[in-house]
Amino acid sequence: MTTPRADHGRNPDKSPLNWLLLLPIVIPLITPLFNAEEPRLFGIPLFYWLQLAFIILGVSSTTLVYRATRRSR
Amino acid sequence: MKTTEIVIFTLLFLAVSGMGFFAARWRRPSDLASLDEWGLGGRSFGSWITWFLIGGDLYTAYTFVAVPALIFGAGAMGFYAVPYTVIVYPMVMLVLVRLWSVSHVHNLVTPADFVRVRFGSPTLALLVAITGIVATMPYIALQLVGIEAVLKTMGLTGDLPLIIAFAILAAYTYQSGLRAPALIAFVKDSLIYLVILVAIVYIPAKLGGWDSIFDAAKAKFDRAGSGGITLNANNQLQYITLAFGSALALFLYPHSVTGILASRNRNVIKRNMSALPAYSLLLGLIALLGYMAIAAGVTPIGKDNNTIVPQLFDNVFPDWFAGVAFAAVGIGALVPAAIMSIAAANLFARNVYKEYINRDADAAQEARVSKIASLAVKVGAVLCILLIDPQFSIDLQLIGGVIILQTLPSVGLGLYTRWFHRGGLIAGWAGGMAAGMLLLYNISNPATNHEHFGGSAFPLSQLGFDTKITVYAGFLALIVNLVVAVLGTFVARALKSADGPDATKPEDYFADQGDPRVHELETTAPAS
Repeated sequence: MTTPRADHGRNPDKSPLNWLLLLPIVIPLITPLFNAEEPRLFGIPLFYWLQLAFIILGVSSTTLVYRATRRSR
Repeated sequence: MKTTEIVIFTLLFLAVSGMGFFAARWRRPSDLASLDEWGLGGRSFGSWITWFLIGGDLYTAYTFVAVPALIFGAGAMGFYAVPYTVIVYPMVMLVLVRLWSVSHVHNLVTPADFVRVRFGSPTLALLVAITGIVATMPYIALQLVGIEAVLKTMGLTGDLPLIIAFAILAAYTYQSGLRAPALIAFVKDSLIYLVILVAIVYIPAKLGGWDSIFDAAKAKFDRAGSGGITLNANNQLQYITLAFGSALALFLYPHSVTGILASRNRNVIKRNMSALPAYSLLLGLIALLGYMAIAAGVTPIGKDNNTIVPQLFDNVFPDWFAGVAFAAVGIGALVPAAIMSIAAANLFARNVYKEYINRDADAAQEARVSKIASLAVKVGAVLCILLIDPQFSIDLQLIGGVIILQTLPSVGLGLYTRWFHRGGLIAGWAGGMAAGMLLLYNISNPATNHEHFGGSAFPLSQLGFDTKITVYAGFLALIVNLVVAVLGTFVARALKSADGPDATKPEDYFADQGDPRVHELETTAPAS
């Protein structure tokens, strides 16, 4: 429980990978990308399956940022 | 009456209540009499517990009932819950770790506590606290709507079952604090995952596949002449601003902050930002239950669309599994209701009682006041549902989302900048609140017989634009808030009005577990 301070007052969250977080914030809000019925996937319209697929985008970005900035202990 | 369903529901409900009381001994500290222990579970939860706790906290029973109800009634618009819960985690990831750090260095429990130390303004902190309490109260009441929908479907009418359920909840929250919902969340979420995975395979197979489900929904909306399985030209901006505005608001709610501050270190929070979207997938699948209900020809009880999911389960599942599904929703209401009442009670204890009533209150007194306040909050919620039309709580919760957003400049932006003057923030808050109320007042909804407060979609035509486009009212109110806060800050500076002292230092926002500035709490149980 006695990890020494690793940051020395610098921002430990700083990483160029942080820009990746913008992708899953911006893309799911661009409605023209997914506001259509076709193509369907297993009978599910594009509108639904593509928006659910954006979850993968969100998970990948946050995972990469976590790995880049996590503090080893 | 449906005996099998009721028996299974009751058994699971009682088992979970037992866990709630037992939770006081779980990871037991030497003393529960402080807000760190009672209200934040010892600030020691690791990744798994935090995942269940925050997941159970944010994705409430009401969400699971109301989102499919929205899809059932309006179609694609209701699916905004998915982009909302996808964008929220990347948005708040780096913000929440700052909040965690500064809260641990300064021993903060609520978002209003942060505003107090950051801007040195008890008034601004009080406004943030009251906003939080007012926004949370109807949300707790809505959890009762979730339970009620299930009880109705099982044929249990009358107020008594609801009162009993909430009395049990109040008792174990009082005794065990945040440890109770943390422990129960394991059961709640496991049950919900189980039920939904089964539903998503079993129901489409029974209804002839996804194709026919969506075709049935499309046919229904075409007949009705409103709604649709995709968005139209006029509601796309509403879809975007509602998802974005809701995402901005989510972690301003006091109960979300409670879940974050209860975690052990910064890594736990960051990791959860990529683990919590599992619940978003769950929510997306649950949303589609609304279309399955259409395809299965399910009708709501009375005019209450919220009964659509329980009704669907009742129709398609064998009795015993319907009982499990109902228990999942019922127990699902307990976790968020407990955390929300704890969060609201902490706000009262810290930012009203300690600040204005008893300045010398010690940790034990604070915890006692918070425990009693948590009971009061729950009694209030039950009375809200029993004495007033539940529709009132739904309307209030809608307002709650708009008003909690008005704390964004002081809490959210405050984590990054001290540029704003406290006077400007207070003026911005007032401006945003007034604008929000005015906008909501002017939204009518003929479908629910509302001349005012009929929804969150504000038609831009009311501002004189020649268009049918609608926008999320909270989003517009936030813009007003920000503009006033900026102008107010310039005015306050020009008048050389005294600004409050900032008690935080830049490095406080990066402190982590093990840092000498972060004080550790003693627990007898090993941290897991």
